[in-house]
Amino acid sequence: MTISYQLKRADFIFKNENDWEDVLNKSISCSATELINELISSELKGRGGAGFPTGLKWKLAAEVDEPTKYVICNADEGEPGTFKDREILTMVPFKVLTAMAVCGYVIGAKDGYIYLRGEYLFLLPELNKAIREFEYYCDEIKLDFRIHIFMGSGAYICGEETALIESMEGKRGEPRNKPPFPSNSGYMNKPTVINNVETLAHTYTIFKYGAKRFYDLGVQYSRGSKLFSVSGDTPKPGIYELELGMSLADFVEEFGDGDTKAVQVGGASGFLVPRKRFAETAIGFQGKLTGISLPTGGSMMLFNSSRSMFNVLDNYLEFFREESCGQCTPCRVGCQQLLMGIKAVKRGEKNARYLDKLLRLTETMKLTAKCGLGQSVANSFSSIVENFREEMIY
Amino acid sequence: MAKKIKLSINGIFVTVEPGTTILDAARQAGVIIPTLCYHKDLCIAGNCRVCVVEIAGQKRLAAACATPCEEEMEIFTNSLNVLNSRKQIIELLLSEHNADCTSCFKNGSCELQKLASDYKILKQDFIRLVLFMNYSIDKYSPSIIKDDSKCIRCQRCVRTCAELQGINALTVAYKGDEMKITTFFEKPINNVVCSTCGQCINHCPTGALVEKNYIEKVWDAISDKTKHVVVQTAPAVRIGLGEELGFGPGARVTGKMVAALKRLGFDAVMDTDFTADLTIMEEGTELLSRLKSVLVDNNPECKLPMLTSCSPGWIKYIEHLFPEYLDHLSTCKSPQQMFGVLAKTYYAKARNLDPETIVSVSVMPCTAKKFEANRPEMHDSGYRDVDYVLTTRELAIMIKQAGLDFQKLEDMHFDRLMGESTGAGVIFGATGGVMEAALRTVYELVTGRDVPFENLDIVPVRGMEGVREITVKIENPLEEWAFLDGIELKCAVAHGLINAQKIMESIRSGETGYHFVEVMACPGGCLGGGGQPIPTSPEIRRKRAEAIYAEDAAMALRKSHQNPEIIKIYKDFLDYPMSEKSHRLLHTHYLARERY
Amino acid sequence: MNPVSELIKNLADQHGRERHNLLPILQGVVEQEKYLSEFSMIEIARELGLPASEVYGTATFYSFLEHKKMGKYIIRICKTITCSMKGKNQVLLAIEDMLKISVGETTSDGTFSLLQTNCLGFCHKAPAMLVNNEVFTDLTPEKVREILSSYLKK
Repeated sequence: MTISYQLKRADFIFKNENDWEDVLNKSISCSATELINELISSELKGRGGAGFPTGLKWKLAAEVDEPTKYVICNADEGEPGTFKDREILTMVPFKVLTAMAVCGYVIGAKDGYIYLRGEYLFLLPELNKAIREFEYYCDEIKLDFRIHIFMGSGAYICGEETALIESMEGKRGEPRNKPPFPSNSGYMNKPTVINNVETLAHTYTIFKYGAKRFYDLGVQYSRGSKLFSVSGDTPKPGIYELELGMSLADFVEEFGDGDTKAVQVGGASGFLVPRKRFAETAIGFQGKLTGISLPTGGSMMLFNSSRSMFNVLDNYLEFFREESCGQCTPCRVGCQQLLMGIKAVKRGEKNARYLDKLLRLTETMKLTAKCGLGQSVANSFSSIVENFREEMIY
Repeated sequence: MAKKIKLSINGIFVTVEPGTTILDAARQAGVIIPTLCYHKDLCIAGNCRVCVVEIAGQKRLAAACATPCEEEMEIFTNSLNVLNSRKQIIELLLSEHNADCTSCFKNGSCELQKLASDYKILKQDFIRLVLFMNYSIDKYSPSIIKDDSKCIRCQRCVRTCAELQGINALTVAYKGDEMKITTFFEKPINNVVCSTCGQCINHCPTGALVEKNYIEKVWDAISDKTKHVVVQTAPAVRIGLGEELGFGPGARVTGKMVAALKRLGFDAVMDTDFTADLTIMEEGTELLSRLKSVLVDNNPECKLPMLTSCSPGWIKYIEHLFPEYLDHLSTCKSPQQMFGVLAKTYYAKARNLDPETIVSVSVMPCTAKKFEANRPEMHDSGYRDVDYVLTTRELAIMIKQAGLDFQKLEDMHFDRLMGESTGAGVIFGATGGVMEAALRTVYELVTGRDVPFENLDIVPVRGMEGVREITVKIENPLEEWAFLDGIELKCAVAHGLINAQKIMESIRSGETGYHFVEVMACPGGCLGGGGQPIPTSPEIRRKRAEAIYAEDAAMALRKSHQNPEIIKIYKDFLDYPMSEKSHRLLHTHYLARERY
Repeated sequence: MNPVSELIKNLADQHGRERHNLLPILQGVVEQEKYLSEFSMIEIARELGLPASEVYGTATFYSFLEHKKMGKYIIRICKTITCSMKGKNQVLLAIEDMLKISVGETTSDGTFSLLQTNCLGFCHKAPAMLVNNEVFTDLTPEKVREILSSYLKK
């Protein structure tokens, strides 16, 4: 099966139009319901990787009757191979700040937080300057909204929204049991919308140009454009805004080095697609799209034939073993077993059939882990082991 | 009232209140879902994932303990997906657990072992992670042994220490594969703010936290013909011991316990209840003298409220966390230590024994008593007053080791001299008991009449409410106590150190006006102590409390001052309460400790 | 007053003394002191009215909140696959060679500590490293030697 969608570049996010004041004014002259409906009809889904419909997220929080609510911009960009959010905050911070304020207006929040990963501390001076300018303008137009920065301190799991909340509350970044979801009970147990940096930047596009302009990009179930962080064996690493729905074959043709063996879509928690399946793989959200469709935070790592897939998997598993919060059994112990397991097979200490036991373990992790981290370890593990079994053994 | 929720579990329809978890709904439907990190005393963690269940229409399994029921949910607790996942989770836990079961103190009572047995994990070929772990075994505390190689990181101990006891001696540290349960900077438990209450032991599902046991030392002493081994048993032991030996919670096995101790070979089997009565005489007198000193003499040095001092976990807690209130503590030693010092003085003299040859053993529902017996100041007999402290659980082990058929033992009586007690001594084992016993005696001392409650049952101080208050008005006192006429004696009771914290903070706020406050470190008082049978739960503690009060009601004498052996000891040995001799032997002082 | 105690008091004045102010305070101490000593954690616990164990448990969760003594400059080299593919190991060897320390160690003069870290978000300019809060990308053994020399001159 071949995907017919072509790779199409888009240029919304980084186009600096310097019109954020207008977009802000225009947006807050609309009713909250109008804005929510606009978002819903755009079919924008979260760009952090999980792909929850953004309009619905805002709607749920808006519906809760509670005087104190919060908007949080998730800038804990930690997925290996992702670097788009930093670029957005560097190049077009006002789009994000505007979107946060509009979200605050829609749901009824007066405070917004940017949870910025500790690794990006160097962004702080410029970002603070932008916030001061933004708040000054809010005061001018009598919009009661304040934006605070909360720094992370080196914990990948804090990108998970409830772990992020725990971290903001001064605790260990351990994901919570859900329900309740943050839209009902988030930061300080108040209704909270948490959006990824890029998601917020897209809402800016939608509020500026209308939902249709966004909706017309991409394909069914995967509307709009998205930033892709391209790295690995590519002659042109960097950040690219592309329409969703393209086939991976097209992507590789554009970005590959002519010898691409596999592409890791979605970072360490995503899937590895081998060359033989490039043509049948579409990049978008899971839906009834023909072919295999992959949810993605936009990390695209290309590997050419000189690379050992064992080393790749080993690297990912070491990452998960360290970055698991450690509270739930399947993730804490599972990640250790997977890592030590593949090493044992490689060294010949365990029979190759042990890989099948490990594959069953990843099924259990997918079914039972408490949060997205533990659930998604299976993605890279099974896609690598199933497609490159020989490399795991010999 | 919110509308009830209908759902089905394995095809069985149930109706539950909104907010009910799947786990509780399943129990209602007679479906048992295994758990590990879940405990009735604690908040929901949802981290072991052993209780996962399948919900129709959902891709992933849900933790039954942490997921609220929703209308029309269809739940399956033993689908193939669930069974396979659960087995694999248990296997994972076993791979990070030092499953050296045959040499483990918890062998036979370990929840992980039970799960492994129920699910028959016969092929365990995951890599044994415990072999690669850098773990430590902390044996420095006289009360608690913490063996990290057996820890499965369910965090029950951490939640216990925080939620029930408000101490946070234990914490979760690091993340990922390095995540562990530890103390501040991984110091030995003995060097941090630990009350040694042992509630962490009571709530640990495996052998990661156990008491330091002295079973072999006690066997050695018993078999040493040159030694005279005296044993005392605390009030709560007699209503807990049965649970370890085939009885249900709340069985009163006093007579069998005495018989068992005699069969084990102790030379004298006597009762801590006796010194509980003695404590009332001393502490009641101390209370009255404090009242006089404050109310009549306006002595600023003398502090009210007076705080009870029989719970050594509470003592260590206040030493760490409220050291500025140490002079509020009654100077009375705990009944265990009063017994210990008397065993090597009064008893030795009466029996014409060289105290050097006496080995004093106590059986306690408590791990803090092990710490207490080890305190350097507890040598007022000239020797170590209490040599070995056994928990209720350790005694049960000795009974099993001796091959005694506990259920068939004929009831026997405690030995004389320090074996007689009253109902007042018995109720020391329940929260509120010391208060009730003290009021029975103090009121009568002051007024010459019975405390004005039907059958001497001071019901307001009973029960499981965290903090309870009672006001007793003194009317028409005897002439000696005329200054108390019309005084409303304000008293309060707290159990579980989280409630101790509450009561101390309200005392600190200065708004309470309490005269006398009883605090017990453990939930439910000693009956829920850290040395009592495992498991524990609010329901089990309630049954044990009923047994305590039934024991009291069945006693011929129910006021400490009526105890003939108490009357005798004052006549023959101590002279009178708070005498110079009793000060020397029965009273103590406290030590301010670091909070951090 | 001990300078660390004073720092902590000032941080608490600035951020507040609630539990949710804990991270900014821990970060503030690390920024100044490079790590959280036992003493600092106790002072923070005291200032915020928290159990010391909670401070310890929280701090050890975050890899940037070191609790072992660190050098003046903390080098964190990214060990994610993309950096490895672009020669991270050679860069690491060059650093180890130059500073005579291995990963996890601090130079005897207390100038540099060397650590590895997870994805820094510069995969398109791999390999990358942080020196304190400053980022360096497209590293080569030669380049990293120059960078460290410039720190030595500071």
